[in-house]
Amino acid sequence: MTEATGIGAAVKRREDLRFITGAGTYTDDLNQPGQAYAVFLRSPYARAKVGAVDGSEALAVDGVLAVYTGQDTSADGLGDLPCGWLVKSKDGSDMVSAPHPPLAVTQVNYVGEPYGLVVGETLAVARRGAELVNTEFIELPPVAVLGGAARADPIHEGLAGNLAFDWELGDQAATDAALAGAAHVTALEFANNRLIPNALEPRAALAQYDAVSGEYVLRTTSQNPHLERLVLSAFVQIGPEHKLRVIAPDVGGGFGSKIFIYAEETAALWAAAKVGRPIKWTAERSESFLSDVHARDHLTRAELGLDADGKFVGLRVRTTANLGAYLSTFASAVPTFLYGTLLSGQYRTPNIHVQVQGVYTNTAPVDAYRGAGRPEAAYVVERLVETAARELGLDPAQLRRRNFIQPQDFPYQTPVALVYDTGNYQAGLDRALELADYPGFPARRAASERAGKRRGIGLSCYIEACGLAPSQLAISLGAGVGLYESGEVRVNPTGSVTVFTGAHSHGQGHETTFAQVVSDQLGVPFDSVEVVHGDTGRVEFGLGTYGSRSLAVGGSALVKASEKVIAKGRRIAAHLMQTTPDNVAFQDGAYRSGNQQKTIQEVAFAAYVPADYPEDLEPGLSEKAFYDPKNFTYPAGTHIAEVEVDTQTGAIELVNFVAVDDFGRIINPMIVDGQVHGGIAQGVGQALLEHGVYDEQGQLQNGSYMDYCLPRADDLPSFLTDLTATPCDHNPLGVKGCGEAGAIGAPAAVVNAVTDALGVRDIAMPVTSERAWRALQGVAGEGV
Amino acid sequence: MIAQYGAAQQASNEGLRGMEQIGEYRIPAERQAVWRALNDPAMLKCCIDGCMSMERRGAGEFAAVVKARVGPLHATFNAVLRLADLRPPEGYSIHIEAKGGPVGVGKGRAEVTLEADGGVTVLRYKASAEVGGRLAQVGSRLIDGAARNMAERFFAAFKAKMSTGTGRLAVDGGA
Repeated sequence: MTEATGIGAAVKRREDLRFITGAGTYTDDLNQPGQAYAVFLRSPYARAKVGAVDGSEALAVDGVLAVYTGQDTSADGLGDLPCGWLVKSKDGSDMVSAPHPPLAVTQVNYVGEPYGLVVGETLAVARRGAELVNTEFIELPPVAVLGGAARADPIHEGLAGNLAFDWELGDQAATDAALAGAAHVTALEFANNRLIPNALEPRAALAQYDAVSGEYVLRTTSQNPHLERLVLSAFVQIGPEHKLRVIAPDVGGGFGSKIFIYAEETAALWAAAKVGRPIKWTAERSESFLSDVHARDHLTRAELGLDADGKFVGLRVRTTANLGAYLSTFASAVPTFLYGTLLSGQYRTPNIHVQVQGVYTNTAPVDAYRGAGRPEAAYVVERLVETAARELGLDPAQLRRRNFIQPQDFPYQTPVALVYDTGNYQAGLDRALELADYPGFPARRAASERAGKRRGIGLSCYIEACGLAPSQLAISLGAGVGLYESGEVRVNPTGSVTVFTGAHSHGQGHETTFAQVVSDQLGVPFDSVEVVHGDTGRVEFGLGTYGSRSLAVGGSALVKASEKVIAKGRRIAAHLMQTTPDNVAFQDGAYRSGNQQKTIQEVAFAAYVPADYPEDLEPGLSEKAFYDPKNFTYPAGTHIAEVEVDTQTGAIELVNFVAVDDFGRIINPMIVDGQVHGGIAQGVGQALLEHGVYDEQGQLQNGSYMDYCLPRADDLPSFLTDLTATPCDHNPLGVKGCGEAGAIGAPAAVVNAVTDALGVRDIAMPVTSERAWRALQGVAGEGV
Repeated sequence: MIAQYGAAQQASNEGLRGMEQIGEYRIPAERQAVWRALNDPAMLKCCIDGCMSMERRGAGEFAAVVKARVGPLHATFNAVLRLADLRPPEGYSIHIEAKGGPVGVGKGRAEVTLEADGGVTVLRYKASAEVGGRLAQVGSRLIDGAARNMAERFFAAFKAKMSTGTGRLAVDGGA
């Protein structure tokens, strides 16, 4: 039994049965008696003063219950939506966090920003009402172009240069000196294209308030319901924490976009109390495009210095990061702590200095999305390294080898704050080169050329920091909160086990993986372990699922709780076997002493029916634990992309993609493989297809599937994936995290392959066929 | 709305904004009659596709309610039309601001000139537009075609009405 379902087994995901049979329970599937519907009033302008909002015609419609605006939420004392990470500028000053009311009060700052809502008996009535609300706007000139934000008028009052922070990390003088003395410097300037997350399930809320008990319940599409409750009670101050329950039922994908505390869910909960009716809101896809946070959107200049032997001597990075109109929940951390700290990559680069200017623009807020800062960092490092190799006429694999941190170097202190615990980068590269048949590439290229096509190959040796986040380090870096995780292992009287975790699952398969971990720890059947998550009314606390942290942090909490259960059970078993706990061993679900044995199920029964029980012990067999990681974990790997470009049309075909990743110890290889596949697809999407475009007026130009191009199955080859393993040395499971790796490693690999095929130094993401064609033809123009 | 609007793909390129749409119609009527018709709200109403009402609000200003469809979007727009640069009977410019509620907003501007050519009047127009909100988000690449359609249908209807006699008679008959 344990062999087939324990740690390391490719157990089929138990949650998939309900997902693939249509039996999942998503927020929009839920209904409450007497529920009304909300439709949000959104700004059609990127920047405008909000004048009078006349809801009288809407209120005259039969069935329209209320029209609320930012004036109403403001009058009720609703607090701002906060940004949780404080970033300090290099001069020591705090970042400027512009006030972000849930509903805009006097000024709207991006297209789609909600400034009010209409509540109706039905969705149709609410929509009709919204059409009849007459709002006066006074248009203001928007700041929509990232490059011009510093010179534009301030979006927010008194905010010079639209600068939220001017952050730096590393030794500037040493880096400048290293680059000045370098034998060769490779410099690149590029944009990391804006992405718009597209979870299968759009955001939704079902909000209710019980006037008798004063209790609020918010069912919503959240990756971290406890954090949502904390922010809604402590900051927005809708209601006290003990009267507020947030439930995230089945959630259809998040990728980061459902971490954040958004205006709509907040306003719906507030409005439910105002109208005294449950309120449902489900985003339309076009609302999602406008109002879900966007991602990436950097402009970067980066220089890598090498000595005469091809050893890296210094890396200097200057980035302007678009934060959008307001600082979203984690927005300040993404282009700083999750970006600048990763610029050492897999290499012994002795001097690194990074400066990041975070700027406000009149666009949707920008925050974490699969990878969150690390894809941007990996892109900088891996594009530079590949380009340097080409400039120096070196094999890109060889140049990387020459600069890798070696196995004996761990723990390795980088010049950008982090201490890598374990890794073996050479092993990953070697395996990837083997799977990609690297030596056979010249022959394949020649064959493509005979067929009139250009073939290219590109490497990307990425690293990431996962397992967010060690509290001490996080708080010293400016986090408002330490990012530990909680878990509870409750052995029921009959010996079955209910596991409570603060890490919500929305596609990651926690219900399977965590059950594997606990059944393995306790030696109980996999099928007797149930995993509960996503409900602040059932789970004590949690900080949620993001940053590939669930298993490394949440799983470790469950190991700790299991150890406490085993320890208590040992005392009960010792009593039952009339010996001392020291003489009792626990293995495979049973306590043994000499030739006596008590199964954990028998011990559990004794714990709940304490007829024959230690006098000094409380009944019950349920234990909680909080796990606060000692360090980040550092998954790393090599991705290799191979492309063919049609010289007539510029069409790019990704013909091969190899990913060899080191995620430490693996709990469920099938789930890991699925995570890698999904991540690669999103990474390829960024490299070749996706781009959120605002025009100069701040209007989103491609906010629908007619124009925003997501990767589809026929855009992708069958991936070749494999694993190497250097277990993490500071968490009990030895795991590192696998959720984001694909999206981190893939973009640079693909663009390195495309530039190799085209014979160009650089090309902008997404590399559309038009851009490739222009490069092939030597035709000027950006292309799209 | 009379519009020419860079499609989504073009928006990332600089310098493509502000493209203008131009058109020319030969109308078999005296210039004075054409001018009068162009200032007649009833005439304007029956030439604008989907126009539910058109009321004069003051000198050179009209309020209109227009049902319009752009691709997947359809909405009732509350529009204000302002006539400016009045040069009777040589032409004027017309500024339109339309609000479509959740569908978004539009702003347009057209310069119309009238030139007498014997008994015929040559009407030329030059138009541009901007859209905002969902119209830009979902419909930006459709705006071009939709706007051209609207403009062409307007002037074609206008020419047809004028061709059946005087504009006034046609309007009275149809109103």
